[in-house]
Amino acid sequence: MKKAFTTAALALSVLGFAAMPASAADTLKIGYVDPLSGGGAAAGQIGLNQLNYIAEQVNAKGGVMGKQVEIIPYDNKLDPQVSLVQVQKAIDQGVHIVVQGNGSSVAAAVSDFIKKFNSRNHGKEVVQINHAAIDPSLTNDKCSYWHFAFDANVNIKVEAMTNFMKANDAIKKVYLIDQDYSFGHSVAKAAEAKLKAEGSSIELVGNEFVPLQKVTDFSPYVAKIKASGADSVLTANWGNDLQLLIKAAGDAGLDVNWYTFYAGLAGTPTAIKQAGLADKVFQITEGVNNIDYQPMQDAVKAYIAKYPDSPIYYPRLFNAMGMVFKAVEEAGSDDPVKFVPKLEGMKYVDFIDGKEGFMRADDHQYFQTMYISGLGPLGEKQPFDEEGTGWGWKVASSVAVEDTIVPTTCQMERP
Amino acid sequence: MLEIVLISTLNGILYGMLLFLMASGLTVIFSMMGVLNFAHASFYMLGAFFGFEISRHVGFWPGLVVAPFAVALIGMAVERYGLRQVHKHGHVAELLFTFGLTFVIQEVVQMIWGKLPVDYRVPPSLDFPAFTIFATNYPAFKMFELLTSIAIFAALLLIVKRTRVGLVVQAALSHPEMVGMLGHNVGRVFMLVFGVGAGLAAVAGVIAGPALVTQANMAASLGPILFVIVVVGGLGSLSGAFVASLLIGLVQTFAVAINLSMSDIFGGTPLAGVMSVWFSDIWSVTVAQIAPILPYLLLVMILIFRPRGLMGNRES
Amino acid sequence: MQRPGPPARSGFLASYGVWIVVAAVLLALPQVFSSGLAISTMCLMGVMIIFALSYNMLLGQTGLLSFGHAVFFGLGGFLTAHAMNAVRAAHAPLPLEVFPLVGGATGLIFGIIFGAVSTRRAGTTFAMITLGIGELVASSSLILRSIFGGEEGISVDRTRVLHLFGLNFGPQIQVYYLIAAWCFVSAAAMYALTRTPFGRICNAVRDNPQRAAFIGYSTTRVRFIAFSLAGLFAGIAGGLAAVNFEIVTSSQMGAGQSGTVVLMTFIGGVGNFAGPIVGAILVTYLQVMLSDITGAWQLYFGLLFIGVVMFAPDGIAGLVARQQAVWQAGRLHRVLPYYALALAPGLVALAGLSLAIEMTYQLTVNGPEGPAMRFLYMPLSAASPLPWILATVMFVAGTWLFVRAMRLAINAYGEAIANSRGRA
Repeated sequence: MKKAFTTAALALSVLGFAAMPASAADTLKIGYVDPLSGGGAAAGQIGLNQLNYIAEQVNAKGGVMGKQVEIIPYDNKLDPQVSLVQVQKAIDQGVHIVVQGNGSSVAAAVSDFIKKFNSRNHGKEVVQINHAAIDPSLTNDKCSYWHFAFDANVNIKVEAMTNFMKANDAIKKVYLIDQDYSFGHSVAKAAEAKLKAEGSSIELVGNEFVPLQKVTDFSPYVAKIKASGADSVLTANWGNDLQLLIKAAGDAGLDVNWYTFYAGLAGTPTAIKQAGLADKVFQITEGVNNIDYQPMQDAVKAYIAKYPDSPIYYPRLFNAMGMVFKAVEEAGSDDPVKFVPKLEGMKYVDFIDGKEGFMRADDHQYFQTMYISGLGPLGEKQPFDEEGTGWGWKVASSVAVEDTIVPTTCQMERP
Repeated sequence: MLEIVLISTLNGILYGMLLFLMASGLTVIFSMMGVLNFAHASFYMLGAFFGFEISRHVGFWPGLVVAPFAVALIGMAVERYGLRQVHKHGHVAELLFTFGLTFVIQEVVQMIWGKLPVDYRVPPSLDFPAFTIFATNYPAFKMFELLTSIAIFAALLLIVKRTRVGLVVQAALSHPEMVGMLGHNVGRVFMLVFGVGAGLAAVAGVIAGPALVTQANMAASLGPILFVIVVVGGLGSLSGAFVASLLIGLVQTFAVAINLSMSDIFGGTPLAGVMSVWFSDIWSVTVAQIAPILPYLLLVMILIFRPRGLMGNRES
Repeated sequence: MQRPGPPARSGFLASYGVWIVVAAVLLALPQVFSSGLAISTMCLMGVMIIFALSYNMLLGQTGLLSFGHAVFFGLGGFLTAHAMNAVRAAHAPLPLEVFPLVGGATGLIFGIIFGAVSTRRAGTTFAMITLGIGELVASSSLILRSIFGGEEGISVDRTRVLHLFGLNFGPQIQVYYLIAAWCFVSAAAMYALTRTPFGRICNAVRDNPQRAAFIGYSTTRVRFIAFSLAGLFAGIAGGLAAVNFEIVTSSQMGAGQSGTVVLMTFIGGVGNFAGPIVGAILVTYLQVMLSDITGAWQLYFGLLFIGVVMFAPDGIAGLVARQQAVWQAGRLHRVLPYYALALAPGLVALAGLSLAIEMTYQLTVNGPEGPAMRFLYMPLSAASPLPWILATVMFVAGTWLFVRAMRLAINAYGEAIANSRGRA
């Protein structure tokens, strides 16, 4: 029994020991608040790898304004409340730039927190660099001066995807299947409006919602899709909810084309290969590796050489960090009050294709060329496969930046 | 209509048998030791990753044999050096011990195999459609899953009801001293039972791994559904768990097929206007949308109205 | 079980001394730990203390293992948030200080509703009903979007309600004092409850339901009342959480939160009123800080928990309480040197284990960043054999010495107890 007491005491003292993070004095601190354990850990770890990589590259060239870039990870366990504590911790440790992306609920909570924090603590302002949350409310009714969205939001992606589908005469009957939570609903709503709009020859044969991350067996859903006679499925499912759906479809021999938002995320290409769905699954993203643009391909090769077990990255994170560093250098200061105005309206040469994108000042949404790509066996000049499957993403269509622009209802409160 | 009913029945049975495959080990441990093993899903995950690792080197079939044995050994070690110490502090302590174990196994798996999903494939020898109904394929691997599940059920039933071993195990639960005096090593019996339970979880992992997604969060994402099966079936009843698995499989599958919502039922009635305002959230929610929470509804209902479960013969 | 009751002369100071000290500590804490993070963390701890204490009304005092206690926490939070938004919209003159009561009322009402169906049984059946209810409520929260705000939850602005005494609750420190006050009042109320006849009957129902029924108490009713009251206090905690974070999301009532409160209560100790307080402080601290120190925090968390379950089933507070007997016998000085003797090798063993874990982590998860790492400020390479040998030696030798020293310590403890008995 005594043993126990001592064990506990020991455990505590050892754990408490290293409680002080050893951080260097004059660095440009980037706080990375994303899941590093639990269900979202896979996505969070990729972002952390990439940030470490970016910092290494920048530091080798002398840093930003002569300062070394330091990445400090904060594990938010994909929980909004934990995220707020972690952001508070980051602020205490001298972080002014918070990078966050996974989970719209987390992004909204962090954005709200930072808005309140900045208005209550002048002189300590913090900025949120959102690299993945795409709920349209973040750049519309809930928009914030201190929040920048680098991934195209739901409205942009749905607009581009449905235009692509309408242009394809082979698509006649579309089935919508989305996760039953606010993100899934916002996609379904936008897609329904677009597909039912005037002049659309596409018939909507189903609008299904699956409970978020609760379904193990997707064969009943596949049976429903089959019964509806759909030739195409549009889905914003991600993670297990997409992988299991696609595998179940492959098992049952369901012959449809898939139009997705997140088929590129970790594990999904593997599932698509296992299901044998060559050139049947499409995704909309800001770009893929097999775009014929040499500087990007060289950079990606170098990245994969360093992370061979996790050869996945987010192009938008390269854009986001590049733009933040550029704004800091232009402002000559890493104080968000000074560099945020530089970031607003900034034009930037995209990492993925060398074309120019821009950060819209009205709502802090980044606009860039969007790509629709399909997964399948590779051809000439397509050097990159995914997850060792031998299949890679091949561009099916691209949407020029000026065609991606959607209106916003944001009424930005500027300090 | 016939198509939907037939396909849903088939899908329901297949899903139900997968559930039983996953839950069988949990039932064994609970019925024979009285321990609600929270780490069951973790053993299931270990089985999947062991199976994956072995299949990479020597193929799926050796994995199906070796991985469950390896996990059974781990389970036995856990019982011998952990659970047994905790036993004297009661069932709550035992349960919390297994709860703590889930964190450890989760992190260890994550450290060894990483956080990304691994490419665990269906063996080529079973990678073909077994038959086709209404243009829907049923892969051979799913049939294999079904047969394994039934085989495990039959074997367990035989062992528990018809053999001396089963008799000793059941007696050891209710009268450990007596069994000890009769010359049986009660400790070893429990260790063996826990090992078998963990091994069965691993069998489920090896088989479900390729069919589902093998990833470090697969234990957590399974959720408490297996507890629902064990409890609804009747705590400690093997046949009950079997029936409950089938029931839940069928209920969920049929529920997904139903697109009915309140707006369909009351849409034409004079109440529609009022109700669509008052029940705005659930007005257009379909039965299909709530399918996966039906098991929990079933759980609560069963426990309130028939606490011993479908086929249990005792409470708690 | 209870705090040591002071002997016959129960003066004011003796009865309430502990509480006065607690109040003073609560007042002084922000002066000592004044960073933004420290205050935020203490706010969270205060909320969790109420939550864990309310849980212990079930587990510790009435013997009910619930897996769905976060339901009341979450519902209390949601209703508080809605009340704050409604009051703000209606310009009603209601100060922030009273809003946790909304949470408490919500918790109580839902405690009554869910208690009515679940408390007819105890044991595993009860545990499973609460598990089911927890899953049902958490899943429904994503469907009932107008009440629970979908996955984004409900946000509030705590500064936009009536200000009393010029407090606008913008600065976190003001929120800290609000939480501290509520924490103090709730803890005192829950403690007082344990001293009432009802509290004693709860213990009786926990220890021997047959006998409690035999002497004329309905065990169902006792469990029901305890369950409802636990809901009340969990609701207060949830309301405070809403005030603290200014956002409530459905994850607050999920299985994760329900599991956390079980962990807190058990690690702290179910058999002692102070146990859940210790557990809430410790677990909250670990949850906030551990993930910064090590990526493998879940492993340490799991090991700590297993360690407590195996070696200290009374929890940390239980361990400390056991020293009371020695202390009262005036023999603590005989035992302490042995504890110190065990502490040193124990620390070494733990450092060895931790070094091995961290090096494994560096080589696997952090593999691409290279083998260079730091352990306790010391730079080393996880790829070279020397640190591995060192870790092994530290762990094996440390454990061996620790076990031996522990044996001595346990003997000394036994002797001290035996002596004090012999003397008495």
